Amino acid sequence: MKRFIGFIKKEFYHIFRDRRSLFILFGMPIAQILLFGFAITNEINNVDIAILDHSKDATTKEIINKIAASKYFSINQFIEKESDIEVVFKKGKVKAVLNFEKDFSKNLIKENHANIQVITDATDPNTANTISNYVNAILQNYLKEQNKRLTAAYQIVPKTRMVYNPELKSVYMFVPGVMTIILMLVSAMMTSISITREKELGTMEILLVSPLKPIQVIIGKVFPYIFLSIINAIVIIVLSIFIFKMPVQGSLFLLGMESVLFIITALALGILISTISATQQTAMMISLMGLMLPVILLSGFIFPITSMPLPLQVISHIIPAKWFIIIIKAIMLKGVGLQYIWKETLILLGMAVFFIALSVKKYKIRLE
Amino acid sequence: MKTILYIIQKEFKQIFRNKGMLPIIFVLPLLQLVILSNAATFDVKNIKFGYIDHDYTSTSRALIEKFNASTYFNVLTDFPSEKLASQAMLNGEVDVILEIPLSFERNFSKEKQASLGVTINAIDGAAAGVENVYVSQIIQRFNKDLKVEVSRYGNTQNLPIQITTIPSFWYNQTLNYKTFMVPGILVLLVTMITLFLSGMNIVREKEIGTLEQINVTPIKKSQFIIGKLFPFWVVGMALLTVGLILAKLIFDVPILGSLGLLYAYTSIYILVVLGMGLFISNFTDTQQQAMFISWFFVVIFILMSGLFTSIDSMPKWAQLLTEFNPVKYFVEVIRMVMLKGSGFMDILPQLLKTVLYAIIMNGLAVWSYKKTT
Repeated sequence: MKRFIGFIKKEFYHIFRDRRSLFILFGMPIAQILLFGFAITNEINNVDIAILDHSKDATTKEIINKIAASKYFSINQFIEKESDIEVVFKKGKVKAVLNFEKDFSKNLIKENHANIQVITDATDPNTANTISNYVNAILQNYLKEQNKRLTAAYQIVPKTRMVYNPELKSVYMFVPGVMTIILMLVSAMMTSISITREKELGTMEILLVSPLKPIQVIIGKVFPYIFLSIINAIVIIVLSIFIFKMPVQGSLFLLGMESVLFIITALALGILISTISATQQTAMMISLMGLMLPVILLSGFIFPITSMPLPLQVISHIIPAKWFIIIIKAIMLKGVGLQYIWKETLILLGMAVFFIALSVKKYKIRLE
Repeated sequence: MKTILYIIQKEFKQIFRNKGMLPIIFVLPLLQLVILSNAATFDVKNIKFGYIDHDYTSTSRALIEKFNASTYFNVLTDFPSEKLASQAMLNGEVDVILEIPLSFERNFSKEKQASLGVTINAIDGAAAGVENVYVSQIIQRFNKDLKVEVSRYGNTQNLPIQITTIPSFWYNQTLNYKTFMVPGILVLLVTMITLFLSGMNIVREKEIGTLEQINVTPIKKSQFIIGKLFPFWVVGMALLTVGLILAKLIFDVPILGSLGLLYAYTSIYILVVLGMGLFISNFTDTQQQAMFISWFFVVIFILMSGLFTSIDSMPKWAQLLTEFNPVKYFVEVIRMVMLKGSGFMDILPQLLKTVLYAIIMNGLAVWSYKKTT
């Protein structure tokens, strides 16, 4: 036991003496969560649009004013002819062009009907679709005002309640995701590097001939990082509560415990990576290249998992981050207790045990 | 010149002899391109839908039938009580609950108005917005059907005015996400690989001690740097090429613009990234530090590039920050050239900024590289 404590002490010295890494370790997550919490959003605001108005009458002016007044759009320019549409799209700034047909008001009075073409730059399909919907909604409102005296007789009115996030803030969606990514990558990277580093520098041999058991070496290696990651997690949770006003509806204690569990899972994954790679470079590339994109894309951080093709939905089950994101959202936003998330918790636990068992098995006590 | 060639030869040998790294450099990124591009979609499909019907009349059943028929809503669960429904929502089993109140049909035929309760899990605000639109569309259509039935008896004069919007989606009529995402993800992979490799390269020699050996040779600073960076430049270009071929063959992503332009731009862009990697490795002592710093920048570059979330929606200060993000320019350029067929003049602003960036980054890198310790 004394030997083991000595070993852990050595690890702490390693970490604390490398001031630069320590600074990065704590500074970066804070910088990232601040930056992303404020900047990342998939709400649509102030999209630049252009107007192609063939009739230029009172009604089209009124509609254009309505659109300009909404917070979704800002009118970038007026264009005069159809061929200009292509030109503005190719420049890239303007995302949509509203094309009012000729004799717009006249048609409206005579035939009760007029057309607006909404041409969107659909290279970004999401924005294009949303723009199209928003323009439509603004027009519907306009029509409702105009048709007030003719209110349709029979109506079913839905009363919609947006639960857990009534203001539809995208912060609620992204802060848990950013938190997960940071914890996952920092923890996995740190451990995978610290073990391969000893291999590469040759100090691993010294550990191998010492009377420490493999499991002790591994736990000793990981222990300081658990400690550091917990501090990171606390800082991130505090930031998200006080700066981003994330509610914690459920128990803070449970949130803390789940975070520790996730950190251990990520660290265990890091150990596994280190046992299969010979150099720091390989370890790093596996933990960065292999983890970064799958964690961002398959965890439900940005893109909804239910919309993905089935094989990818299946693959997403093996991403620990996915389960942790479900857990954080459930505790922070839905305010549920363990009885609702025991399944996710067990899955994370199982993954942690699996990774640790596999790494102990793969850990070679002899040199090649 | 001969010296440079030898250094390049050495670097290539190092790359190709490291059997553990080769698949990570070439296979892993391309595999991710092929698999993960399918994941990146904001489409809202298969919405988990449940309902509580207190009314049990033909009208309420007809309404539910409408949801049943829609392709957006999935697995209709019938909850006997509100309590069970809200429990299911806490569990994450349903995301949208429709509640039809008692005497729904009676209110409707008597008072000409009836209300419905719709509860939407709004943690993902954007998806919730879309779900709301789908629900209202179905209810609206249901309304319209009823109105038609009713208006047979009413007067047909005084029709309300109507304005129809005709949406027209240019460059991507079917709103296919893959054509949007594949080029962007390709940019990421090229950036990550070249940045990580160059960022760790020199620092690795430092850590192992072989850098000192090179420092005592008559190799000049510039020769050494060119020799170090050129192989990674080749790796980056090779990745782009294979990625483009895969994009064309597997995803059928259109390449409307000039490939020459794209390659010309990429060749400059990679210089920016390599310069950055070199700069990082000059200022760090261990691979661990170099990696942390590269990782920090890569995550910022990815999430602030407009690849997944649009830059236009960011607050003004964040938009200003993205001006310093080279990935943003590459993502813009590759999408413009491939999907819209933009020409040289269209991408000139991005190109100029990238050239400027390349000069500054590489200037800094050469300046900060010291042969003496």
